[in-house]
Amino acid sequence: MREKLGLPREKIEGARALAERISRPILGFVEKHTTVTVERATLRLAGCDGADRDGVPVPNIVVDQLGAAGKLEGGALSWYANALLREGLRPSELDAKIAAGLRIGELPLGEAGAVRRKGEELARAGLDRVATNRAKRDAMLERWKGRNNDPLLYLIVATGNIYEDVKQAKAAASRGADVIAVIRTTAQSLLDYVPFGATVEGFGGTFATQENFRIMRAALDEVSEREGRYIRLTNYASGLCMPEIAAMGALERLDMMLNDSMYGILFRDINPYRTFVDQNFSRMINAAAGIIINTGEDNYLTTSDAVEKAYTVLASQFLNERLAIAAGLQPWQMGLGHAFEMDPTLKDGFLLELSQAQMAREIFPEHPLKYMPPTKFMSGDIFKGLAMDTLFNFVSKATGQGIHLLGMLTEAIHTPFMMDRHIAVDNAKYVMDNIASLADEIEFRKDGIIVKRAHEVLDRTLAFLEEVEKKGLIDSIAEGLFADVKRPRDGGKGLDGLVEKGEGYWNPVEELLEARLGLGRREASAVGVFGVAGSSGGASKVSGAAKGGL
Amino acid sequence: MATIIKPYGDTLDDGKVQFSFSLPVGEGPKAREAARLLVESWGFRDCEVVHSQAMSEDFTFFVAYAKAGSGIDFDAVVADDAREGESMSMDEVDAFIRAELGRKIVVVGACTGFDAHTVGIDAIMNMKGFNHHYGLERYAMIEAHNLGAQVSNERLAEYAAKVRADAILVSQVVTQKDVHIANMTQLVELLEARGERPRYVLVAGGPRLSNKLAVELGYDVGFGRGAYANDVATWVVKRLVEKAQAR
Repeated sequence: MREKLGLPREKIEGARALAERISRPILGFVEKHTTVTVERATLRLAGCDGADRDGVPVPNIVVDQLGAAGKLEGGALSWYANALLREGLRPSELDAKIAAGLRIGELPLGEAGAVRRKGEELARAGLDRVATNRAKRDAMLERWKGRNNDPLLYLIVATGNIYEDVKQAKAAASRGADVIAVIRTTAQSLLDYVPFGATVEGFGGTFATQENFRIMRAALDEVSEREGRYIRLTNYASGLCMPEIAAMGALERLDMMLNDSMYGILFRDINPYRTFVDQNFSRMINAAAGIIINTGEDNYLTTSDAVEKAYTVLASQFLNERLAIAAGLQPWQMGLGHAFEMDPTLKDGFLLELSQAQMAREIFPEHPLKYMPPTKFMSGDIFKGLAMDTLFNFVSKATGQGIHLLGMLTEAIHTPFMMDRHIAVDNAKYVMDNIASLADEIEFRKDGIIVKRAHEVLDRTLAFLEEVEKKGLIDSIAEGLFADVKRPRDGGKGLDGLVEKGEGYWNPVEELLEARLGLGRREASAVGVFGVAGSSGGASKVSGAAKGGL
Repeated sequence: MATIIKPYGDTLDDGKVQFSFSLPVGEGPKAREAARLLVESWGFRDCEVVHSQAMSEDFTFFVAYAKAGSGIDFDAVVADDAREGESMSMDEVDAFIRAELGRKIVVVGACTGFDAHTVGIDAIMNMKGFNHHYGLERYAMIEAHNLGAQVSNERLAEYAAKVRADAILVSQVVTQKDVHIANMTQLVELLEARGERPRYVLVAGGPRLSNKLAVELGYDVGFGRGAYANDVATWVVKRLVEKAQAR
């Protein structure tokens, strides 16, 4: 990639250093805490699955019982491993007994060494399956190397019925899509459980379940084989079950996950502490699975102005990058988000879009940037909409974006029709083939609008990150510095699912993930600074932590 | 006297209409003929299928033109739109409130139920507004509370009571499987059960909502696509004045 904006290296590195310092106290807090969904994800990776007659997932039954008994601070997996040993069962058999009423938290704990060995064995088996999936994907990508579009063309299906989704996804893939995202049913992000089994009912999308993941992956493998092109599958590791969705995706070979470090806080009103703990564990799983995360900076511009608040996007990209590094993700796995959302009546708006897209490219050169199409200013005028999508396609190719979410001319009207996707793919292919080498041909005037704009956004980002560092990230969020929404530290959903790790907390899945990702145990220095002391159980002490300096 | 109008292509009453649609069959001469006959079966004449392209093995995309068989008596048409004539601008609304009500009015808005889309309520309420129409938060004489999305009807009702709201705005974007109807009805029932329905001007809005539907469900008014903050504000303040005078 040729650099065209002349952005000062030291400013970019300065912003990275600020992001590192801002995230340090967050990571200190993360280290000391677990959540109900982290524990459920751990159980799931160890083989725990299924649901009872009322549809309550077995991992929820186990974690809820342990939580009520104040036993979660030691980690859920020791109880599960203990029950397997004591009952002499395989996981699926034990799951059936739990669903039928067996309370594993009430079984006496056996010899510690044996329980540990069993837990480690389960963790290894789960993560080995994840590694096998990753190797399988790598082999297919190698086999069909060079067959995908550049950028990857990303399309959404959203019928509510997984079997109908399959039909639409297959058609989209054979038309040229490289990535299929199955959008989730409205409000799944606020469920503190993941439903079980195949589903055919959803509003504005389809439930993310492990079985639905499996069904869609199998269908896309079939199309990949036919088209001689690997079709990636995307879902949403966001909301109250970030780590569990990541675990299911890792087990069923999903390829991308929407996975932002702050999206849940800002746009779903999920508690900040809960989100920071959840995002870290979910990202470790994604890292191990070779999954590419997509961050959600595009959302900032749907609530705030794209010209005025461009710096919040760049600042969030730096923070997302830093928190991704801390979870073991590699730059090629970081699909940092941004969007083409400027008011179309703005004079020279296109130049500003081009500038910001080029800026993101130059600041994050190895990252497969995820570029989102216009949505906010799309109207019922589908002809104008198509023109806007065309300019968006142009910017994306001309600045070398990595993952291109195709804009729909009917964006403001309905979930895409099959023909809407067809028109979108045709448009993108036309534009992108026609300007294939343009990026290499053009340079920008040193004192022109495009170059000046990028410098200005970077400068404002630095100033903004300095302000965030001074206040602390949690207080900055509480004061509405991001996305113009205020999220207090003790507000939001899911705080009661946050648990301080006890002295004897044990999670072999986490340990093995850390070992395989080469993550050292983080410094324990955060303890005193943030007032997170002692080992009393439950969520009550969180407020103690919340009063600390974090 | 009836004024019959027809679509206008390039000559009065030529009736020209453009179509685009897809059929679940593979592309080919038979598919194109099927598309043409289908359009004519809807009452259109002289259909020309000008474009057909395979979207996959079993789906084809078409573009077609045809002439409308019938017209409509324009004089007999009655529009279902809450906006009566020109809406006031933001400054005019503020001036109207000062003159007629003499106090700030309180408006609470939310996108309710499981609906996660803030786009509608934000367009009406956020400071910045939408498409150069400032949102209610910018109005000097309106105290606007935007509760965001996925707000339960219970929470909305309690909040409105707490801040002594004059008007409640309910946004519904997702209308798949008519989920909005049950949700909107529940709010009206809840307010009635609490004995608070008469207190409020109750406004519904959403891209696929009609005034007629909103009124049927027990709302005072409904705004659909193309309504801006000043349209909503104009309607609300005029109704508030009517309510004050009726008392």
